[in-house]
Amino acid sequence: MADLSLINPDRQSRLLASAQRFVPALVLVVALVGILAYAQSAGDTFLIRVFTRIMIFGIVAVALNFVLGFGGMVSLMHASFIGVGGYVVAILAYHDANLEPLMIGPFAFTGTSDLAILLPLAIVVTVPFAALTGLISLRTSGTYFIMITLAFNQMAYYFFVALQAYGGEDGLQIINPITFGGLDLSQRSTFYLFTLSVLALTLVLVTLLVDSKFGIVLRAAAQNERRLSAIGIAPLRYKLLAFVISGTLTGMAGALLATGQQFISPADMSWSRSGELVVMVVMGGLGSVSGPLVGAAVYLGLELILESWTEYWHLAFGLLIVAMVTLLRGGIADLGTLVPWLGRNVSGGKN
Amino acid sequence: MSKPFLEVRNLVKRFGGLAATNNCSLEVMRGETHALIGPNGAGKTTLISQLQGQIRPDEGHIFLDGQDITETSMERRALSGMARSFQISSVFPKFTAIANAALAVQARKGDSFRFLGAAWLDRAMMDEAREAIELVGLGDRAEVLAQDLSHGERRQLELAMVLAMRPSLLLLDEPMAGMGKQDSARMTRLLADLKKNYTILLVEHDMNAVFALADRVSVLVAGRTIATGSPADIRANDDVKAAYLGHRQH
Ligand SMILES: Nc1ncnc2c1ncn2[C@@H]1O[C@H](COP(=O)(O)OP(=O)(O)O)[C@@H](O)[C@H]1O
Ligand SMILES: [Mg+2]
Repeated sequence: MADLSLINPDRQSRLLASAQRFVPALVLVVALVGILAYAQSAGDTFLIRVFTRIMIFGIVAVALNFVLGFGGMVSLMHASFIGVGGYVVAILAYHDANLEPLMIGPFAFTGTSDLAILLPLAIVVTVPFAALTGLISLRTSGTYFIMITLAFNQMAYYFFVALQAYGGEDGLQIINPITFGGLDLSQRSTFYLFTLSVLALTLVLVTLLVDSKFGIVLRAAAQNERRLSAIGIAPLRYKLLAFVISGTLTGMAGALLATGQQFISPADMSWSRSGELVVMVVMGGLGSVSGPLVGAAVYLGLELILESWTEYWHLAFGLLIVAMVTLLRGGIADLGTLVPWLGRNVSGGKN
Repeated sequence: MSKPFLEVRNLVKRFGGLAATNNCSLEVMRGETHALIGPNGAGKTTLISQLQGQIRPDEGHIFLDGQDITETSMERRALSGMARSFQISSVFPKFTAIANAALAVQARKGDSFRFLGAAWLDRAMMDEAREAIELVGLGDRAEVLAQDLSHGERRQLELAMVLAMRPSLLLLDEPMAGMGKQDSARMTRLLADLKKNYTILLVEHDMNAVFALADRVSVLVAGRTIATGSPADIRANDDVKAAYLGHRQH
């Protein structure tokens, strides 16, 4: 809201400003289509796998930034949403492969390997989980919020570690090919495009949300809750809803992660993974919608490259992150100020 | 005599051993500008915070238009027309001035659960926000981020947000605090204009402003009102001179 000009609010310029918000997302989506085209022509399936993973973590980073950068809530439990979404897919696929129904109390559910059912199910499971943990966490703020979300992450982690029927600490393999209706998602390029579609929808949704009346309230709550109350808006409901939206998008990404890896394990939802997600977001830029996607790409890319160069990659990685975060205060999105059409900062954090 | 619009009855607020509000009573009539003066630490801000609902009193009652609002939430009070400006400017620093005012309009309209259309596409809301911004004299600073406004301009923005709420009662906590001579003269003129249309409870240190604006003045000392009367009465009151005006003149 801050940097979209209201000085000249005739219809045409307002519509233009409205459309311009989607430019960074569009550029990134086109680039990702280009990468697929290149990888296919070069026959490079490794590249496809790497970028599928980047897109999945990109969805998570964008979703996390919605509460972190825009809502001021530093959540250290987003890895647990990945886990919950991932286990929904893995557990039902396991029952599908075994042809044994999943028994919950007196109810029997047949397994399935169809994401057209599994994605909505991941949402159905993540929403109450995010709502409950959010409601409790949001009773606190600041450091306490960070600590309590961390505690929830650990609780969810140990819940799945203890779940021996589904592999416990070793995790759960997905044996059957996962489909989406008639689409065979075990086809690498099909899954790539499917993931890209979910990513694109996420970017569009978050872009719309942050400038909507709801989003403005969320961003205001991050800046000054006392003032928000004084003008007549109680922040809690807005923060909670944002937390649930973010957690649910992350749960869907978790379902995709399990599909792509054909595997999920508690390691995918450890607290350190939650920390890594925060680093991706901060690297990408808290103030922009699509910056965190770039942050995820840089983070996972660096990890891959450094890993192959030196066994001391953790050290090199740490130093690089410190350098980046100190040099680019607004994250990688700040680089965009050099290339205006790329880094247009939609959030209005800075001018 | 008509009933007071705002009535404070035997209010007590303790911070540990200190009674910052100590059996305080106060009446503000509809349409009047009522100044609240008193030395630093007298409990003026604490009283305003209880009126607005940010702090709960330990004892006593607050009535707005005959309704007991002692237990009502801040948000409900705001929506029922109570608007506060803070002694230390409290704005949304990363929003532009006009966006700050627009949010106050949005809050009043209660349509914040809208998820898709950009907020700034709401013409009616933006027009109202602009009107409030122009009224306080920030028209040519509307697009500047609140964090980049000068101190005086942020005071003006506070007032714009208050006005955008279309309030029935203004609680202004030292609106001229920290302003230079010129800015505070301008603010005084603005308030003189506003007082025709609003009920105002004004905490202020600038005695010239107080005596120019107020219909009545209450003097708060150690958490309790020791006198209420017309500006002329208060000026002549010996207790007040001893307790307050004396300090400031020497
Ligand atoms: N939150 C608080 N906790 C403890 N003491 C407070 C608090 N707020 C105010 N006080 C004390 O209450 C007294 C009244 O403060 P305040 O209402 O700010 O006075 P004024 O606005 O008249 O200068 C002061 O002694 C102040 O130190
Ligand atoms: Mg004060």
